[in-house]
Amino acid sequence: MRGWPLIRAWTILVYTFMFLPVAVVILLAFNANQFGAFPMTGFSFRWFVALWENDAIVRAFQTSLTLGLLTAIISTTIGVLASLALVRYDFPGKNSISTLLIAPILVPEVVLAVSLLLFLQMLNVPKSFFLLLMGHVIFTLPFVVLVVQARLVAVKKDYEEAARSLGASPIQAFFQITLPLIMPAVMAGGLFAFTISFDDITGTLFWKPGGVETVPTQIFAMLRNSISPEINALGAVMIMLTTGLPLIGIAVARWSAARRAK
Amino acid sequence: MATIEESEKRAPWVLLSPALVTIALLLVVPVMFIVVYSFWLRTSVGGVEPAFSLANWREALTDRFYLDILISTVRIAAITTIVCALVGYPVAYFVARAKGVNRGFLLLLLMLPFWVSYIIRTMSWINILGVSGAVNSLLLSIGLIDEPVQMLYNEATVILGLVHFLLPFMILNTYVSLDGIDRALEDAANSLGANPMQTFWEVTLPLSVPGLAAGSVLCFVLGAGTYITPIVLGGPTDAMFANLVFEAIITQLDWPLGAVLSLMLLVVLGAVVLVYNRFMGLGHIAKGIG
Repeated sequence: MRGWPLIRAWTILVYTFMFLPVAVVILLAFNANQFGAFPMTGFSFRWFVALWENDAIVRAFQTSLTLGLLTAIISTTIGVLASLALVRYDFPGKNSISTLLIAPILVPEVVLAVSLLLFLQMLNVPKSFFLLLMGHVIFTLPFVVLVVQARLVAVKKDYEEAARSLGASPIQAFFQITLPLIMPAVMAGGLFAFTISFDDITGTLFWKPGGVETVPTQIFAMLRNSISPEINALGAVMIMLTTGLPLIGIAVARWSAARRAK
Repeated sequence: MATIEESEKRAPWVLLSPALVTIALLLVVPVMFIVVYSFWLRTSVGGVEPAFSLANWREALTDRFYLDILISTVRIAAITTIVCALVGYPVAYFVARAKGVNRGFLLLLLMLPFWVSYIIRTMSWINILGVSGAVNSLLLSIGLIDEPVQMLYNEATVILGLVHFLLPFMILNTYVSLDGIDRALEDAANSLGANPMQTFWEVTLPLSVPGLAAGSVLCFVLGAGTYITPIVLGGPTDAMFANLVFEAIITQLDWPLGAVLSLMLLVVLGAVVLVYNRFMGLGHIAKGIG
């Protein structure tokens, strides 16, 4: 086809458009220039050291990590149970239930944020870490359900039934047979929930109590002044963390699958 | 004791109950609550009291200010969606037709932006287009300009930021559709005498509409619902509708007005999703995400 080289050139151009700005963030994080802008004057780790010495940023990291981990644990537990129901059983109203489970994606995040905030305020729940956690659970849940469901389809129900017919209780069968088999799906769901929570800003700005910052809201607050090399360094650390974790996850999944195949 | 059949029937509901309770308490009830709340009154001391007043709705629906921003929000989201479709389609086509390792690599790269925080992807443009950014630095060094030019903080950069944020959604959804097309159909069209252009327009493109539509709905809804991009990359006059919600709730603490504005946004974007669901079905969106 004659158009093919053209399409290929276009694809390269579009991929460059998607990645170049992010690559520049990482590049400028190592800039020795004190204004953090072009032209680069040298290579330096000083901005990463500055991050480490900045109490506000270290606190934001602690908040984001705690929030991400708790969100992942709660969301994955709820999501895996729901996915099991959707994949393993047929029941009336299944389609509507599936749609309801992904509803938090379909409602604009701003609307979700406002309604949860006002509702919990009415119940006298102030802006707090708890509100932040509830918010993150509700908007990560649909992603967990979608990812886990897609992986669960491949896990056969036969082993669980065999265990049950050999006298295992449903609880025993679940923890000793089913859970180990679906572990990759659980991990994938948890990782997804963690990265979504860790990256979120839209809802977080509504829910966070005054004085509490997550890494994205900290970056947002720092942007009010002007872009600084510290922001680029913080961005670079975040990029490495939230792209590194899933990539390691994929690599581990491939490795264990390859080992099992031997 | 329950028979096995009965417990089989109960099992899915037991498994679903935590998720259903979570969604009911944290999504369904709160959204219904703000409908009620939007009729409540602000008291003179700054509190809010239960009432049935149309004042909040009247303010939001009759003041041209809100309507104008709603219209410009829809316009910006529509332009963003069209640009994403035009820019993304050839890329999705290329990835769907790529072979072996290449295709896996291209798909993995397409997932990467989803893992990079939205705020970082948005602010990254300041490094490129800002006064001391890459473009200015380049133009200065080759002598095309004598002084840095401010290219940021206008509607064009808001759209640029949104396209950059939403393009992966469009490409992935279109890819899923293109990948599912039976190649034999294209071969059949060719062998029956269609030239490559005709085959594309009459076979490939129509068959990829479901993915294109799913990507478009996601781009439109996510684009129209954002307030971060206009704050970071827009000027003082580039506020979008979600910025008004943020202002009302966080800055002015006028919560009933914030509830009304949220509901207006929900109705407009909900209508788009419902029309889409009527013609295409929500299942396609789920396919593109999972």
